Amino acid sequence: MTDTKPAAPRAGLSKARAAKNAVELVMNIIFFVCGIASVLCVAAITFYMIISGTPAIKEIGLWNFLFGTEWAPTASDPKFGILPMILTSIVGTMGAILIGVPLGLFTAVFICYLTPKKLGKLLVSAVELLAGIPSVIFGLVGMIVLSPFIANVFKIPSGATLLTSMLVLAVMILPTIVSVTITSLKAVPQEYYDGSLALGATPVTSIFKMNIRAAKSGIITGIVLGVGRAIGETMAIIMVSGNVPNMPNLFKSVRFLTTGIVSEMSYSAGLHRQSLFSIGLVLFIFIFIINLILNTILKKGAKDR
Amino acid sequence: MTVNTAARSQVLIQKEPDSLTRSRIRPFDLLMQGLSVLAGTITLFIVIGLLGYILVKGLPQVSWEFLSTKPSALNGTYGILPNIINTLYIIVLTLLIAAPLGVGGAIYLNEYARRGRLTRVIEFTTEALSGIPSIIYGLFGMMLFNNYLGLGYSILSGCLTLSIMVLPTIIRTTQEALRTVPVGYREGAAGLGASKWHMIRTILIPCCKNGIITSLILSIGRIVGESAALIFTAGIATNLPVNIFTHMKTSGATFAVQLYQYADQGRNEVSFAIAAILVIIVLAINLATRLIGEHQKAEDR
Amino acid sequence: MDKITASHLNFYYGNTKALKDVNLPIKEHRVTAFIGPSGCGKSTFLRTLNRMNDLIEGTRVEGTVLLDGEDIYGPKVEVTALRKKVGMVFQRPNPFPMSIYDNIAYGPRLHGIHKKQELDTIVENSLKGAALFEEVKDRLKKSALSLSGGQQQRLCIARALAVEPDVLLMDEPTAALDPISTQKIEELILELKRHYTVAIVTHNMQQAARVSDFTAFFLVGEMVEYGETSQIFNNPVDKRTADYIGGRFG
Repeated sequence: MTDTKPAAPRAGLSKARAAKNAVELVMNIIFFVCGIASVLCVAAITFYMIISGTPAIKEIGLWNFLFGTEWAPTASDPKFGILPMILTSIVGTMGAILIGVPLGLFTAVFICYLTPKKLGKLLVSAVELLAGIPSVIFGLVGMIVLSPFIANVFKIPSGATLLTSMLVLAVMILPTIVSVTITSLKAVPQEYYDGSLALGATPVTSIFKMNIRAAKSGIITGIVLGVGRAIGETMAIIMVSGNVPNMPNLFKSVRFLTTGIVSEMSYSAGLHRQSLFSIGLVLFIFIFIINLILNTILKKGAKDR
Repeated sequence: MTVNTAARSQVLIQKEPDSLTRSRIRPFDLLMQGLSVLAGTITLFIVIGLLGYILVKGLPQVSWEFLSTKPSALNGTYGILPNIINTLYIIVLTLLIAAPLGVGGAIYLNEYARRGRLTRVIEFTTEALSGIPSIIYGLFGMMLFNNYLGLGYSILSGCLTLSIMVLPTIIRTTQEALRTVPVGYREGAAGLGASKWHMIRTILIPCCKNGIITSLILSIGRIVGESAALIFTAGIATNLPVNIFTHMKTSGATFAVQLYQYADQGRNEVSFAIAAILVIIVLAINLATRLIGEHQKAEDR
Repeated sequence: MDKITASHLNFYYGNTKALKDVNLPIKEHRVTAFIGPSGCGKSTFLRTLNRMNDLIEGTRVEGTVLLDGEDIYGPKVEVTALRKKVGMVFQRPNPFPMSIYDNIAYGPRLHGIHKKQELDTIVENSLKGAALFEEVKDRLKKSALSLSGGQQQRLCIARALAVEPDVLLMDEPTAALDPISTQKIEELILELKRHYTVAIVTHNMQQAARVSDFTAFFLVGEMVEYGETSQIFNNPVDKRTADYIGGRFG
């Protein structure tokens, strides 16, 4: 590989030096292997997702699989339509973004500008803690606290609904949104803020019309990261979504792409099992697209600066 | 230069007769400020409420017996000793695999590789790895390690899967630490005729030890909280190890996986007990990274 | 006629007294320059005139600053109304990260103007007022950051003009610019005084001599001498002024 720099050999090497150079060379190779480990892993994951995801799609037919509205893999006349899951994942993610982004954005503004430093620091620690809480805990509390609450408020028999899932997801993406927004708000030059004040703007107006605008690309990055996290989340929402493959409806039980895989993997076999891997492939493609978007934004951001 | 001075436009002056003391109610400001305070309060309330609820509900269930026995269907008792052992086992084994790989990768990126297409690809894929959801890791691990390599539902298979998952965390955190090592240190070592590997071993790694430890602690956090990737790879068994080495070939559930199992079965009080333990671990991890950060700051001074 | 009158003005950063009993008039439709070595308080004084110092924590003001006879540090003063009347141009050009048009329209929009036609008029007039219109009229929608440094500074002047101030404060407006851009800004300042009252801080004494009608010399927080520019430069009364000016020229 041209990217490694092997130790240059010199004439008249003593034995010790030769040994030393051999060590250098070996270490070079070892570090190189470590370096490309991520590349190999991504390649392997992509390879396996495609290999295992395509057979079922071939058998079911791409159109029937993606746009079929009925999921009944164990019926005598099995149906493998995942449109309800795709739409639920998209709508659920959008809902989480619609709730989580404003909450996170305003929280970040509150932390950065509108609160004494000590309370701000406390809030930052709180948000960091939230980022470390495992998915299953969100699911558990969602199931025990939020679901009954939703059932009560909206007078529906079961609180395991799309709305409940959205709320749980919104809380889960909150730390991402808050911390990315804080970072990008802190990077906004003071001169913009001063310039805005000098034109007769109030501090609050300057924050919202100038600083947030200037931090836009960072905030969008945070939103895209949040989308990625929400669309891939599994264990939290499997406990609160009710797990019925309905078309998305705020007050009904639904099934996401992710929960669709987990809920049936343990007892599936044959085409049914293969189709679960195909769902995985669809999810993987979603994530891949999100990654591409993210990469484009980051590149553009780097160029603007 | 010709200066084309227009007369002052009077649009604004007509609209807003000027007075320095004219006080005004600003609905936009009030609304935005109100929303910010509200959002901050909600966020704080969510965190405190969540943690408080779990601790209050879960801690009373945690007893010595709970921690030191295995579940017994016969007696109808629950114990999480197997989960404690499995979790520790998985942490250690995963880090044994991932830490050298991740630290090595970071060193390669910062010290060996020239900036170019390859480093861009490595950085892009590292970024991509951190964006892949657990469930995909679970599927991948199941296919590659359980099925193709024939490891079956086993702790080893789970560890291999998690190693890939925590790789980006270790690479990124170590890279950040490497960047803070002054170039002068490297040049100084080179000036003394030290070989590159010698320099890395004796200067870089010691300088970055806080960063590396932080990356490992963060990885522990990720491992402890992981469930979706482990259900498909390490499985859900709750056996006590017979032999410390062969244990890795058997299936075993961690805390988080076990929590889900109990929640799925409707054993909520047990779930909350485990949740409380998880929350305490998360708090400890948070505290640890913070202490290391402060320690590092003190060292830098 | 005095547009602004500062009397017995003291300014503190924490316990440090940065301005000591400053008494100074700023004449309407004239250019007043503040000169002195760095750290002498000239910028601090300038920033007391539109209360930009309020932003810095732990600062305190004593004394009065009258604008058209009204004390700007009075209890009921709305700082935003003050800053609308007393505009400011900073040392480093600080165009906002948006289009040229939006930069100019930012201020008027703040103050409640949203009709496109009115905004168009203001943008055009302001750009003309800052002698920038001809250079940018075809690319008003382009990012302001694409302009050269000198153009950016004139954009900032245009932006300040767009809220129709009476007074324009300039804090070393050419410090970051090349000589040709500096010359353009200086010519502009001479034009501006027909409609505005201008106060300018400068570290460059030739610049003060070229553009100002009155000059105030500051030294370690004290306003040492104030007078017509020609008098300050040719017959300074205070020995310290003479030393400073002589030292710089000699």
